[in-house]
Amino acid sequence: MKIKSMLWTTVTLTFAAGMAFAEGKLNIYNWTDYTSPEMIEKFEKETGIEVTLDTYDSNETLLAKMQAGATGYDIIVPSHNFIPIYIAEGLVQEVDVAAMPNFQNVKERWRNPEWDPEQKYSVPFHWGSASVAYRPDLYGKKLESYGEFFEPAEEVRGRISVFKTPEEIVNHAHLYLGQKFCNEDPAEMQKVQDLLLAQKPYVMAYSSEGMNDRLINGDAIISNHWNGYAYKGRLLAEEAGKELVYAYPKEGVIGWADGLMIPKSAENVENAKIFMNFIMDPENMGIQSNFAGYGGPIEGQEAFMDESLRNAPEINIPDDATVVFSFACNADAQSLIDRVWTNVLR
Amino acid sequence: MANLPENAALRRTLALGPALAIIGIFMLIPVIIMASYSFLEAKSFGGVNWVFSGDAYVQLFYERMLDDSLRLSPGYLIIIGRSVALALVAMVCCLLVGFPVAWFIARQPLRQRNMWILLITIPFWTNQLVRTFAWIIILGRNGVIEVPFRWTGLLAPEQTLGLMYSNFAITVGLTYTFIPLMVLPIYASLEKLDFSLVEAGADLYSSRWETFSNIIIPLSKPGIIAGCLLVFIPSLGAFIQPDLLGGGKNLMLGTLVQFQFSTARNWPFGSAIAMILLAFVVVFLMLYARASRGSKSLEVH
Amino acid sequence: MVVRDNTIPAVAPRLGEKKRRAFGEVPGLRTLAFCFLAFLYLPIGVLVAYSFNDGNIVMVWTGFSTDWYVKVFGNADIRKAALNSVIVAVSATAIATTCATLAALALARGGAFRGKGATLGIITLPLMVPEIVTAVATLVFFSSIGLNLGLGNVIIAHTTFCIPFAFMPIRARLEGMDTTLEQASRDLYASDWETFRLVTLPLLMPGVLAGAMLSFVISMDDFIITLMVAGAGDTTLPVYIYSMIRQGITPEVNAVSSILLLFSIVMVTAYWFTTRQKPGPNAH
Repeated sequence: MKIKSMLWTTVTLTFAAGMAFAEGKLNIYNWTDYTSPEMIEKFEKETGIEVTLDTYDSNETLLAKMQAGATGYDIIVPSHNFIPIYIAEGLVQEVDVAAMPNFQNVKERWRNPEWDPEQKYSVPFHWGSASVAYRPDLYGKKLESYGEFFEPAEEVRGRISVFKTPEEIVNHAHLYLGQKFCNEDPAEMQKVQDLLLAQKPYVMAYSSEGMNDRLINGDAIISNHWNGYAYKGRLLAEEAGKELVYAYPKEGVIGWADGLMIPKSAENVENAKIFMNFIMDPENMGIQSNFAGYGGPIEGQEAFMDESLRNAPEINIPDDATVVFSFACNADAQSLIDRVWTNVLR
Repeated sequence: MANLPENAALRRTLALGPALAIIGIFMLIPVIIMASYSFLEAKSFGGVNWVFSGDAYVQLFYERMLDDSLRLSPGYLIIIGRSVALALVAMVCCLLVGFPVAWFIARQPLRQRNMWILLITIPFWTNQLVRTFAWIIILGRNGVIEVPFRWTGLLAPEQTLGLMYSNFAITVGLTYTFIPLMVLPIYASLEKLDFSLVEAGADLYSSRWETFSNIIIPLSKPGIIAGCLLVFIPSLGAFIQPDLLGGGKNLMLGTLVQFQFSTARNWPFGSAIAMILLAFVVVFLMLYARASRGSKSLEVH
Repeated sequence: MVVRDNTIPAVAPRLGEKKRRAFGEVPGLRTLAFCFLAFLYLPIGVLVAYSFNDGNIVMVWTGFSTDWYVKVFGNADIRKAALNSVIVAVSATAIATTCATLAALALARGGAFRGKGATLGIITLPLMVPEIVTAVATLVFFSSIGLNLGLGNVIIAHTTFCIPFAFMPIRARLEGMDTTLEQASRDLYASDWETFRLVTLPLLMPGVLAGAMLSFVISMDDFIITLMVAGAGDTTLPVYIYSMIRQGITPEVNAVSSILLLFSIVMVTAYWFTTRQKPGPNAH
């Protein structure tokens, strides 16, 4: 352990001296539009490591690809509810994140989370929430409850947009119905199914793309949304003279957090570790947040963030709002969710 | 054909070799892997356990109620039926538009023919997703089609023509995406068609329709069938158009398979649906084989 | 030697101008063809127009700007993805079209043999399997045999599914194609190779061209299979665009597509002018 921390000190010192420490390559596989080019450039300059960036569109794609044996990536960025799957399936390596020098910068709240209790595999990255966003100028009032989304009033019928995959929407239903997540009780799941089926005639689209497009051009009045994406949407809407608000319904919003992990098949493990340490620096994470539009877990990163993002209501959760973190369901609960979803969409 | 050289068999094998080898290794083996997956147990987070199980196929026909009892269920059959119906509609639309266009092109002078073919292909050098997105701008609320109605006041701000997120939008999208696959093969077979035969036929048959159905259709049959296949099969498994233009409100075969491999993480069930899809297509192909055998006997005349 | 295709316009008038008009030019056909072109190009027009949109959102027009083009040219990821796409599409098209032409010829000119139906089935197999299944299955197979050729993996996967697309139009052209000319050529003591090069191939060319174009288009469009099969650094344009769209489509995507379009139009125009002075490819 001692040797390790000594090594890390050396690494940090080398960085401080501004010398190119390790040369070589690093293949990052991340969500699209989620990796700050400015941050990557800074990393390349400081370390001399050449970064190749590839992107994917969803947790499901990433998992299916890793399960099928894809190789060549040194860093992947799954969400918290998928992290235990990668660990259980033996798809990622142990890295002992807690021993990295910059780990001390991680806010207390994001240390040793339940999905990686000993912080052995994942470096905390962006976090955010899923809820609904709406057009107050068209809706005419404040959205207070998921009820207004699941059982819409006359004037918004046919102008509701829902996520394409069941993960968040089923959890939203659970929140609204006051049930627990990953429910294995058929009677309760039946209620979820009934709720979603009753909502269906009023839904214009089940889609996780282009929510901002639909909201801003007025196709949709209420839409499932992610906070960072809604933040970008609000800025765009303001440009076009319209309003777009990310709602914090009284039932709570669903939290998520992404983590950096190193796949078993990685070839540039040391460089990946250098990157992990790099991103836990307040300035670097701040630059990264500016690009992605999501908050991060690093103490003091706010100082490096744009003012519009630092004060964004989408990022700063109001005191009276609750955030509930979802988790990966076991096979039985997952299959209930899938059956409900298939029944809704068939 | 009788005076083939002796080494014809060898030459045939050599000519068929590369195509068969590539597809045999990189397609047949993977498909066999998938077929075997459909008889295995699903692992909770994707992948399979190597334990035999017929669950995937049971699931297709029986619904496991939320309380785990089995009941015969038409759910997935409805999805299959809906997909087949939509693919057929798209195929017919492509044929109705594609045939006259291919006919028109085939009658142009050579240089113009090539120009037309290029003109038809150019739009497809852009990305399918972006092209599909362009249709959202055209069909959507405040889209290119609705704007004139709004300007003239025929459509109140609150109203919409409702073109987007409908089966209509899916059909437009499918037709748009796959129509070159109809035009090109029909054109290829019409282009070599001996028009003097058509002229002669026109003398023989009294009506234009008879000339058309007795001469032109049989002579261009291989192209028509190839075109129908090329449109029908990808339409059956399509998921971009149902998703983006249809609003993903009803599952199609393509979206269902996609869903099983990604979100539901049930690879065996996904493979089983794929096998069913494959069976459908094989039946369709056998009809094709029969039809093309029929057209061959016609060519003898 | 004059090949039949070129003779249609020459022969037809002799058969009577009136009848040719009756069957060749059904009234309204030209109108329909141009309407069809309009249908094809409407979305393209919209796409190009909105690439000059000033705003960040594609659907809401806020003003004219060329900023998105500047942005695209400055985006190294897009350039790399576009280059990957072109490399993959060109290689896959070349290999697939060659294989498909050979296979189609063997099936049409090789006489009857056992397993002809099965052969046909195998060649068209990639058409029948849903893309996502091909994608996962191919990746499972590649990783189980440890095939790791970078972009080569993507090219192999693309070649595989391009073969039937190239094969179908070539076969459609060959089927029932007159063998008289080939026979005549052989009777004149031309070698098999000469017969193939001077007679069969020119006759087959429209089919080959159609097949090659289909393959190219299909390859340039594919993203599900590529998304799965591609390794680090092998992202192609459709994969890039697909994941970009997840975040909301910006005029940047339209700008990329417009550039691609411009590129293909330039190629086509160049082709048009270079072939102009020469006699048609079919006349010798």
